[in-house]
Amino acid sequence: MNDNIILQVKNLSKAFGGVTAVNDVSFDLARGEIMGVIGPNGSGKTTLSNLITGFIKKDAGSVVFNGKDISRWPAYKIADAGLARTFQVMRPYATLAAYKNLVPPLFSPRARRTARGKLGDRSAVAIDILEEVGFERDARVPYKLAGTLPLGYLKRLELCRCLALRPELIICDEVFSGLSMSEIASMVPLMERLRRDGITLIMVEHRLRELFRIADKVLVLNFGEKIAEGLSQDIFKVEKVKQAYFGGEDCYVSSE
Amino acid sequence: MQELRKERLDRGVKVRCDSIYAVSSLKEVMFLVGPGLALVLILLVLPLVVSPYWQRVLSITGIYVLLSIGFGFLANYVGLVCLGGALFVGVGGYLSGIMNSVGVPMILSIPIAAFAGAVICTVLLLPCLPLRGVYFAIVSFVYPLLAARLIAATGIFGGTDGIAGLDVLTNRWFNIYLIFFVLLVAIFFMSRLVNYEDLGLVFRGVKDNEQAIIASGINITWYKAQAVFIAAFLGCFGGAYLTHLYGWVGMSLFAIDFSILPVAATVVGGSGILYGPLLGTFLLVPLSEMMRDYGTLRIVFYAVILVFFVVFWTEGIMEYLRRKYEQFEHWVRV
Ligand SMILES: Nc1ncnc2c1ncn2[C@@H]1O[C@H](COP(=O)(O)OP(=O)(O)O)[C@@H](O)[C@H]1O
Ligand SMILES: [Mg+2]
Repeated sequence: MNDNIILQVKNLSKAFGGVTAVNDVSFDLARGEIMGVIGPNGSGKTTLSNLITGFIKKDAGSVVFNGKDISRWPAYKIADAGLARTFQVMRPYATLAAYKNLVPPLFSPRARRTARGKLGDRSAVAIDILEEVGFERDARVPYKLAGTLPLGYLKRLELCRCLALRPELIICDEVFSGLSMSEIASMVPLMERLRRDGITLIMVEHRLRELFRIADKVLVLNFGEKIAEGLSQDIFKVEKVKQAYFGGEDCYVSSE
Repeated sequence: MQELRKERLDRGVKVRCDSIYAVSSLKEVMFLVGPGLALVLILLVLPLVVSPYWQRVLSITGIYVLLSIGFGFLANYVGLVCLGGALFVGVGGYLSGIMNSVGVPMILSIPIAAFAGAVICTVLLLPCLPLRGVYFAIVSFVYPLLAARLIAATGIFGGTDGIAGLDVLTNRWFNIYLIFFVLLVAIFFMSRLVNYEDLGLVFRGVKDNEQAIIASGINITWYKAQAVFIAAFLGCFGGAYLTHLYGWVGMSLFAIDFSILPVAATVVGGSGILYGPLLGTFLLVPLSEMMRDYGTLRIVFYAVILVFFVVFWTEGIMEYLRRKYEQFEHWVRV
């Protein structure tokens, strides 16, 4: 197998009762790439993330991460192997300061392993991580209760929870949604920096324009099926994608 | 008409003690350690001022306190409703009794029973740890009933007669201060754990934010098992101590009181901090002793107290006291 392939998803399927949320989805992802996953609401993007990360049971299909078949692994073990994910519905510890939210991930076996004994005081490390992703703009924010943080900071906190593990791959479930244009603009360089740090990213998104600026390739879901996969600039030339998104009308997505 | 609303604000000393680690004045030091110091003093003085009979009652109360703080810890900081008090006492008590009956001195059998018993209880409860809420409660509640039936039916461990003639802890002063010392160590250690230690944050995460903990690559079953071990250790110690208070083990060690009273004590004392179950136990157990003459009527009284707290005073006594201690309140116009 190609060493450069970090994640290989084959024929993944999941049905909830009568609804087929994910239907026979396959793709490969190369190390260091950023892949976007797009699709209308309810097209199975979150379910796909949950299937890959082991948070729900697969009906069929397999997932190979770093050459290991992780299809039957429990979710914690998948995270421990370096495949982290954010949650679309965030539930921080509302009653704890933001930086305290990072103590459990820093306490995890993976964080201790990857730090090679240099972890030191977890609260201090937590604040370092927060400042790396943009908490430095206001020095008091890391100490505020997580329940009182605005959405932009919550999304960053969610990302920090992943970064604390020093993962190889992060699946980001809609980290841009709900943010203002300027907040997104400040997140984009962050994602690009993660890529430079060698982290592979899967970005499940609704916001197409920003996604297309950073994604190398895009996978399009509709009613749980993969209807297209390809380079960002080409994807809207596919007839089915136009149908799904714009009811067949012509469209132009600038990818300046 | 003026409408008034009650406003609660943290006292200045509370705010300062929260944010500054290097405590700077005697007043602040007293604010932080005062309640703990008061508790130590009360527990030191109490045995001196009561009769030998009440010393015995207080020793038994100490056992219940260990069970209650174990229950409060699991329920409020780990999210496990564990009705395993009787299981812990029974396993710890029988283990120590059996070891003692074959010649192990109690100075060894009690600590070994506390540790080995905690391992056994944790292993017994391990398969149920992934179960949610009430299912875990039911399984932990059923084990002691099973154990009692098993002992009665097969006649093992002395059957219905139990094992008599074991070593007895004879010095009543030693007895009461031993259990008070253990419960103080337990509550200080556990308060520290849940409030200041990183491990405590993981436990609280298991309760409040299970998915985020799993997504951090942490095996929550393993941490639940550790938490159960801590509670079981306290309970098994209590059971072993009880065995040698009487020099006898029997099926009454599996009595459901050990499972139920911690729940009531936590309701009465309040669940926000571990000192709540402690206070609740120190109220309920002696109270129930005082009403011994009324026979089953005391169940009615118990029920009334519980309903009162559940319906009218949900925060419990300890939460109320803490609020008064940390905040002042006044009426403001709306
Ligand atoms: N736990 C669940 N139980 C039942 N149906 C679900 C569940 N999760 C998702 N679904 C259904 O699966 C489909 C895909 O949902 P989802 O993966 O959340 O879509 P997306 O993230 O793309 O908006 C939807 O029709 C949704 O109603
Ligand atoms: Mg979704």
